[in-house]
Amino acid sequence: MSMASSQDVSAGTATVTHRGVEAKGLTPKVSLKNLEFFYGDSRALKGINLSLYANKTTAFIGPSGCGKSTLLRVLNRMYDLYPGQRATGEVMFDGENLLDAGVDINLLRARIGMVFQKPTPFPMTIYENIAFGIRLYDKLPRAEVDARVEHALRRAALWDEVKDKLASSGLGLSGGQQQRLCIARTVAVKPEVILFDEPCSALDPISTAKIEELIDELKQDYTIVIVTHNMQQAARVSDFTAFMYLGDLVEFDVTEKIFTNPSDRRTQAYITGRFG
Amino acid sequence: MAAASTATSSLYSRRRRGDHIATGLAYAAAAFGLGWLILILGVLVYEGIGGLSLSVFTENTPPPGSAGGLLNAITGSIIMTVLAVLIGTPIGILAGTYMAEYGRHDKLAMIVRFINDILLSAPSVVVGLFIYEIMVAPMGHFSGYAGSVALAVIVIPVVVRTTEDMLRLVPDTLREAAASIGLPRSLMIMRIAYRAARAGIVTGILLAIARISGETAPLLFTALNNQFFSTNMNAPMPSLPVVIFQFALSPYEEWQKLAWTGALLITVTVLALSVLARSLTARK
Repeated sequence: MSMASSQDVSAGTATVTHRGVEAKGLTPKVSLKNLEFFYGDSRALKGINLSLYANKTTAFIGPSGCGKSTLLRVLNRMYDLYPGQRATGEVMFDGENLLDAGVDINLLRARIGMVFQKPTPFPMTIYENIAFGIRLYDKLPRAEVDARVEHALRRAALWDEVKDKLASSGLGLSGGQQQRLCIARTVAVKPEVILFDEPCSALDPISTAKIEELIDELKQDYTIVIVTHNMQQAARVSDFTAFMYLGDLVEFDVTEKIFTNPSDRRTQAYITGRFG
Repeated sequence: MAAASTATSSLYSRRRRGDHIATGLAYAAAAFGLGWLILILGVLVYEGIGGLSLSVFTENTPPPGSAGGLLNAITGSIIMTVLAVLIGTPIGILAGTYMAEYGRHDKLAMIVRFINDILLSAPSVVVGLFIYEIMVAPMGHFSGYAGSVALAVIVIPVVVRTTEDMLRLVPDTLREAAASIGLPRSLMIMRIAYRAARAGIVTGILLAIARISGETAPLLFTALNNQFFSTNMNAPMPSLPVVIFQFALSPYEEWQKLAWTGALLITVTVLALSVLARSLTARK
């Protein structure tokens, strides 16, 4: 039960905070309370409590199978696509438990966007890849759609590379460009939170650096959550880091603290490469 | 050391011999199969090409002993094929969509898939008799409609199968990506999944057309035949396969010649459809 000892419940705030996290001045955008997740009968998340702060980047690290991707897929209820998967507990997002049955999942997913491990451009032109999501929610005149497509592509640092071939297929771009196209597609829908599920694991170092730079910029406007296997990446891009192990949240703290002076022995062991 | 290497080399040469034999048998089998095909095509071209002329496409099937063409049969075949595809394709695509997208974990989808596989290999004469029972007998006469429905019954399982297979090839990550921007499932299927699987689904439809364009048995009991030009779907309708069947068995030389020409036409059509289907799937 060393997991419990690494966490403090501070009575003053509504959310559960963790030793070391200075919650003052930070707005929790999403708060998880006692979140449990089940694949059929097997419990993949065991009572997770933590807050994701607005305009901050929170990284989830941990060995394969620890539940970090599962947790990410709870936040936009991606697991709903598959039968036999269910979550219990609370995920408060703007005063609403997004696990509630009445939540409009499509609207929720427009507000909490996601970028995947492998680039997943739609089988259509670069322009349409972005415009598609925009038109889904707003009936806009062509000029305005054009402007928003350009804006999204600029936000994803892709505009200069694709502005002359907007009408060619998104599938013809390189892996790194495809991933930035997916980021642009997500940004174009104007979400509040962006979830990154190992966004660089299929990319070369240069593309990875570009994406990381991008994440750092996007933080100004969005709340960022990133799952990564790469600890250097977590250290580079995040403000907060959560270390998970076997479905437990072992430690959640300011990134610097996690990587320099972790409270839990298991965190220490993981970040120094002794397991995982 | 020496013993070991001898053992190795004898083992090696034995495997090499085995490999040569197996490779030789594989080549022989391929040549055997291909040989018959070439022979069939060769005879078909040899016998059929002589009869190819403009009159084949402009004149109707002649009475015994005189010259004519295949216009009525070609027209009937096209009309019935088009209607069969119009009936069968939407049903096939919708059923395939259900199995690949909505019913992936349902027992019903498993049952439908099993039955569909049986239907896929059902003898077409059975289909003809079935439609005879439920359409021709109650209506009291043979008709082009009955022929189209019989052909549609053959189209459906082909389209169901290819639609399901092609949609299953669309990666789940693409579905999740569509969901991640808030796309409802129906839109995801129509705008993303169909688009990704389009070439494959169209290929399935083309293969279904190729399959029914040579079917004789289901038409014998349903559309029957008609020696005159007719576009009346509510009356017996001529078709290439049935005309070939009838003319090839006749003692009249002109009819036999037309049968060869008709067979060549069907074969060339099927070949063209298959090549088109291939090129659609090959292009990405």
